[in-house]
Amino acid sequence: MKRGISYTQAFATVLKRDLKIAVRHRGDIFNPLLFFVMVVTLFPLGIGPEPQVLTRIAPGIIWVAALLASMLSLERLFKADFVDGSLEQMLLSPQPLYLTVLAKVLAHWILTGVPLILVSPLLAVLLHLEENSYGALMSTLALGTPVLSLLGAIGVALTVGLRKGGVLLSLLILPLYIPVLIFATSAIDAAGMNLPYDGQLAIIGAMLVGSLTLAPFAVGASLRVSTN
Amino acid sequence: MTHLTTTANTLVSADKLTCIREERILFDELSFSVNEGEIIQIEGPNGAGKTSLLRILAGLSRPYAGAVFYQGEDITRCRDEFNENLLYLGHLAGVKSELTAEENLNFNLRLSGYDQFNSGEILAKVNLKGFEEALAGHLSAGQHRRTALARLWHTNCKIWILDEPFTAIDKRGVAELEQLFLEHAASGGCVILTTHQDMGLIKDERLRKLKLEYRFI
Repeated sequence: MKRGISYTQAFATVLKRDLKIAVRHRGDIFNPLLFFVMVVTLFPLGIGPEPQVLTRIAPGIIWVAALLASMLSLERLFKADFVDGSLEQMLLSPQPLYLTVLAKVLAHWILTGVPLILVSPLLAVLLHLEENSYGALMSTLALGTPVLSLLGAIGVALTVGLRKGGVLLSLLILPLYIPVLIFATSAIDAAGMNLPYDGQLAIIGAMLVGSLTLAPFAVGASLRVSTN
Repeated sequence: MTHLTTTANTLVSADKLTCIREERILFDELSFSVNEGEIIQIEGPNGAGKTSLLRILAGLSRPYAGAVFYQGEDITRCRDEFNENLLYLGHLAGVKSELTAEENLNFNLRLSGYDQFNSGEILAKVNLKGFEEALAGHLSAGQHRRTALARLWHTNCKIWILDEPFTAIDKRGVAELEQLFLEHAASGGCVILTTHQDMGLIKDERLRKLKLEYRFI
């Protein structure tokens, strides 16, 4: 009975399992995406179709909708595993918790973040986003949505043991999302005015690296508290 | 640690454990040690703190006071080594209903670090032959439980902590599990379990019992 699988194998095992479960539970993937599309399409209906107004508020609408959609999908990150006891098994496994958590968050991002990034240019057309802003929109979403998943995971890990953690979760997480929102929309605005936006991108990138290295530790510690 | 009677073959020892739940003391200053080859049954009425004790021993919950030691070291300080040697099955089975019996077993074994195994063979041992491809959500309660228990047939962990392992398992299955516990103990492992069922194969002299009383204060 030989033991010892590499860290990469352990990471891939958890990632594959989470993706497989999500594929068999398709609603989980489509709900946040549908929410994102609906919120964005409702704005032109409410505000009116004048291109100047829409162009002005497009970055904000897309990013706020992305924030809310990502928060909506967070709950499923640990809840089901907590309820059926698989989370306990992960906490007690000899694999480093950092890897397990990172794999789970990556799976979550692939399922909720990536579709959101892919559909956003379409919605941007709908909102008359400035032509030169598309690059900025895509790159801020690509760098920013993983940050949302990582930070959100801390909040879910803290509230997973509570019966009604939903409201608390948004109170905990939304303030942490604000910096991402500010820099992302400012980058898109700058791009629209043909100004350089690498500064804002660099800051979002720094947030990504920071949360990638630190958030899994916080998530692990929070999960231990929640299962106590 | 000096006041505890530990020997070279002590695997786990509890040192003055106190557990408080909902402002009720479940047990206080509970000390004992578990040696290689021992099967320990924790007894007590519902609400006496059996599950809480097992969770503390496994390192999932923190005791209000006291500590658990693995080979003489506090488990919070040697978590990796301890986890490497621990197999814990709680009363939640940790079986995903979206995955098949085989996928569940594969995942659990790989998570524990095993790379090469024949999952079909292991599932056959828990009488799940022919159900490998069935979604765990479609299995009966007993088969669901067996999916989780299958791990016991492919492990080299010495410490088994099992919370109500016989729930929903038929008589023959219970006998097979008991046989497995005896073999595990004989090969130098230990089993700590709770159950309300009488065990036929594991006779009283083979079993060490630890009684928890229901306390009202």
